[in-house]
Amino acid sequence: MKQFERVFLAAAAMAATAGPSFAQDAMSLDQRVNDAFAASTGWFVNLIFAPFPGTSFPWIVLWLVIAATVFTFYFGFVQFRFFRHAIQLVKGDYSDPKDAGEVSHFQALATALSGTVGLGNIAGVAVAVGIGGPGATFWMILAGLMGMASKFTECTLGVKYRNEYDDGTVSGGPMYYITKGFKELGLPGGKILAVMFAVFCILGALGGGNMFQANQAHAQISGIVGDYPGWITGIVFAAVVFAVIVGGIKSIANVTEKVVPFMGILYVGAALIILLVNYDKIGWAFGQIFAGAFTGLGVAGGFVGALIQGFKRAAFSNEAGVGSAAIAHSAVRTKEPITEGFVSLLEPLIDTVVICTMTALVITISQQLIVDPETGLYVLNDAGTAVATVGDVSGVALTSAAFASGISWFPYVLAVAVVLFAFSTMISWSYYGLKSWTFLFGEGKTSELVFKVIFCVFIVIGAAASLGPVIDFSDAAIFAMAVVNIFALYFLMKLVREELNSYASRLKSGEIKKFAH
Amino acid sequence: MPAKLLVGLDGTGAGARALAHTKRLATLIGDCEIVVAYVIDWSPFTFQTPEENAQRHKRREEELKTAHERVVDPAVQELRDGGFAAEGIVRHGDVAETLDSLATEAGADQIVVGRASEGGIAKRIFGSSTSNLVMHASVPVTVVA
Repeated sequence: MKQFERVFLAAAAMAATAGPSFAQDAMSLDQRVNDAFAASTGWFVNLIFAPFPGTSFPWIVLWLVIAATVFTFYFGFVQFRFFRHAIQLVKGDYSDPKDAGEVSHFQALATALSGTVGLGNIAGVAVAVGIGGPGATFWMILAGLMGMASKFTECTLGVKYRNEYDDGTVSGGPMYYITKGFKELGLPGGKILAVMFAVFCILGALGGGNMFQANQAHAQISGIVGDYPGWITGIVFAAVVFAVIVGGIKSIANVTEKVVPFMGILYVGAALIILLVNYDKIGWAFGQIFAGAFTGLGVAGGFVGALIQGFKRAAFSNEAGVGSAAIAHSAVRTKEPITEGFVSLLEPLIDTVVICTMTALVITISQQLIVDPETGLYVLNDAGTAVATVGDVSGVALTSAAFASGISWFPYVLAVAVVLFAFSTMISWSYYGLKSWTFLFGEGKTSELVFKVIFCVFIVIGAAASLGPVIDFSDAAIFAMAVVNIFALYFLMKLVREELNSYASRLKSGEIKKFAH
Repeated sequence: MPAKLLVGLDGTGAGARALAHTKRLATLIGDCEIVVAYVIDWSPFTFQTPEENAQRHKRREEELKTAHERVVDPAVQELRDGGFAAEGIVRHGDVAETLDSLATEAGADQIVVGRASEGGIAKRIFGSSTSNLVMHASVPVTVVA
């Protein structure tokens, strides 16, 4: 961390003494930030993504998928049985009008979604499809559907064990449910696990919730206005985020929170238009997705490569099992914690099954991925690590190119969307990180300020570093949260089942009923 | 059974005129109870930051307290001082819908509200709370100029 701070200070000093050779220096500065970053985080990334012994399958991906499968079966396919009920809850059918003015189910869901819907859906999916081919989409959808059960588990616990302070504010999340839940069950080690989670959550907030966002926002902007040093974007972003989270300038956040959902709808709308225009190719695209899912169609690593990419992206984009959403959902006002669990299972559905799939379909249909016309297999790039693309692009640039092939001016809209998504995700994650920080170091103005400043510094680093090391570190940090969270969930899931059984029987008997609105 | 009037206040002059008219009606009716209602405009379908959500409960308490202190409680006191049976209620929600459901809950025979105090293009397009109430109310509504 010291190293980053030094680099940052150097960047600031350089900005102050900008001379004629400024631009060249700046480019090499980006390079230096990048190298320092890759060198200092490599070991962590390697640990998290280590392959399962004897295979090339990262153990962490297996960990997430097994958890989602276990929860799906343990709760008897709760994501399908209570799907309709979840929608009714969001609509407010079961909300007591006397509680109006408290955080509604819809608001909690929307807030959690604005933290997850973002670059994972636009850039992350492009990375997955770029490396794993269209087949990755299949595994992504499957992981999204299973992940609904993980999300249900953690968000129910998040509300059940949140802290309600005397001043009326609430805060919850894995660090609280792990501590309290383990205590309730008489299990040892709750505190240690909670501390581990909080540490990883801070890293995740700085990585996926911050650097990855800044990095891809910069890629998108420089793709339109031409190449320029990343730290400039970083400083601008950092200044705006600083104004919101430290300066308390709510109006910026309020505007974003209102524009982001609109951008989300616009994004899905544009994707649908492109699909409609190419309706004759939709069948072909699904054919590619299914064939690719089981054969790989020539991508690096074959079918396993597609599967790993799909699972990885699903987990990164909807964060099911990671524990972050439990922090966002815990503010809802409800007498039944499990109702928020039902609502939260819609999150992976909207995020992964709908939005991510749209991105993947548009990339596939726009034929940005180069196919060998003779074999029908995808052509790999020179390094052999990813599928070759028409413009030799990856990440958000690939999504942009795919949309541009259908709607030529869409990259401009996408650039605005990316910047706003990046911004709203940063705001959400700054909150998740802050909650973990205060869990570790206590509440208080100074302690909070320290975290917020560190958070802003990392925006600059993220924008200056290149995609590879940033995306690796982001994934690693977020998955490290899932290691602790899921481990704890296995012990705590019986508490959720008690809630589920009790609620289901009361719902059936009519004790829990709709309110007339 | 006494008659029951529900008067919707908004903290402006229009609300004050509605209250004055309610008093007059109640005097004419004789055996009459008055419910003083104030609705804090709020929708469950907005987008908020995590921090706003965390503080929402606290803010809601503050909003309810302010509405009671500044608008509802003084009006109730004024009515009681004038010899009327009165109670006050504050609730969050869509103004027109909530006034109507409060009237239904209280078993009110009539709702009295002030005419929309503000003009403006938005009101012309989307309608004011008062005109929405008039169109959808389940009990008679008196609009005071």
